[in-house]
Amino acid sequence: MSALPTTRDEDWRYADAAELERLAPADLDVWHEATLAPGEVRRKDLLLDDSHPGVHRVRLTVGEGARAEIFALASASSYTRLEVEVELGRGAHFQFGGVTIGGGEATREFVTRVSHAEPNGTSDQIVRAVHWGGATGNFLGKLAVARDAQKTDAAQNFRALLLERGASANAKPELEIYADDVKCAHGAAIGQMDEAAAYYMAARGLPPEAARKLLVRAFIADAYAAHPVEAERDALLDAALDALGDAA
Amino acid sequence: MLTIENLSATVADKPILNGLSLTVNAGEIHAIMGPNGAGKSTLSYVLGGRPGYEVTGGSVTFDGQDLLEMDAHERAAAGLFLGFQYPVEIPGVSNVQFLREALNSQRKARGQDPLSGGEFLKLAKDKAALLKLDMDMMKRNVNVGFSGGEKKRNEMVQMGILDPKFAVLDETDSGLDIDALKTVGEGINAIMRAPDKAVLLITHYQRLLDYVQPDYVHILAKGRIVKTGGPDLARRLEDEGYDEVMAA
Repeated sequence: MSALPTTRDEDWRYADAAELERLAPADLDVWHEATLAPGEVRRKDLLLDDSHPGVHRVRLTVGEGARAEIFALASASSYTRLEVEVELGRGAHFQFGGVTIGGGEATREFVTRVSHAEPNGTSDQIVRAVHWGGATGNFLGKLAVARDAQKTDAAQNFRALLLERGASANAKPELEIYADDVKCAHGAAIGQMDEAAAYYMAARGLPPEAARKLLVRAFIADAYAAHPVEAERDALLDAALDALGDAA
Repeated sequence: MLTIENLSATVADKPILNGLSLTVNAGEIHAIMGPNGAGKSTLSYVLGGRPGYEVTGGSVTFDGQDLLEMDAHERAAAGLFLGFQYPVEIPGVSNVQFLREALNSQRKARGQDPLSGGEFLKLAKDKAALLKLDMDMMKRNVNVGFSGGEKKRNEMVQMGILDPKFAVLDETDSGLDIDALKTVGEGINAIMRAPDKAVLLITHYQRLLDYVQPDYVHILAKGRIVKTGGPDLARRLEDEGYDEVMAA
């Protein structure tokens, strides 16, 4: 049984301290583990809504040339955290698309640790956060590239859209690179609603809620753009926009 | 159709419109010309209900309704169209999606049934052809990567699709080459020249008026209409300049 984490732990620094005290230690010992065989392609859509708040942990071992894809939506109205640990074999790929969305006072966060253990692995992580009220969205992404993992190509991109003053977002990219012939990109940006676009839409007849929905949809779409199945991708987007319904 | 009486407005507490009065009847095309800083764009934004443009006095009646009491999207649904001097780019939202939602929002507000995807595309194709805008551009993101001229033609395609009763066109001719100017001028005539419609053309130059013959030309200076005449007034302005014509 593990000791409960606190916000003094690096990986939990942006978590909701009060919520952490309420966690049951057993919650932290549960890992959903999966091993992908060489060449295997496996995808999982995770809808972390009010039926699935709290801490979720996934550990993936991705074999040579295999491809693991996780598309996640964290929209629950209380503390929600998805941790994903990935070890990539030779030429393996990890795709992560995540959206945190919501208001209230809750913190919603993604924490990924991607280990490029062997050469030619690729990873692409795109996270979008849309928050209002006093809510917080976080993306903590750790990337480790082993000495032998030459030709690694890894990218992390985080963007947050804060609809109201009082909402916040945190990005913590962490790169440990021991190979010299690699590409590792990361970017983070936090912004507000584009008022010029919102007015342009209003001037064409779109009510404010419809305009905001269209703009938010466009904003979060990047996170799920790599999802190969249109119907499933739209289901994630629609679920995210349903969560937007209660925004001010 | 539109009656502006003694309208005063400020932007960031600075008075821009100072007792402007103007009446536009159905079937008429009015041109407003004036030196830089006269308040031309402010007039268009005040009519369009843009946040930040504060009316401090006077009234605007549109089709018997108090225009100033309506939100921007309600003005659009009531039949007002504002052609932007600087059309806004909206990444991630396609022209077609944007306009279909805008049109159907307007139709809903008027108690009309929405257009189906097929009906809408046919309408969009017709109007794009009228303005010689490639249908591929209609599928691209709103104004993203469009040239200045393409943005202005796109404004007119939008006007054609939304089919307003009254259009305020703010320097729709700026940024157009000779051929595009002719196309846009003919587009305005085709869409808006009708007994039950009216247009307020805001322009710096006579050249658009060669294609779209105004019934009245007004000179706006220091926030009010200082002179009104027929099409010949615009030609005199072009020949003699504002100072000379206003002094006469």
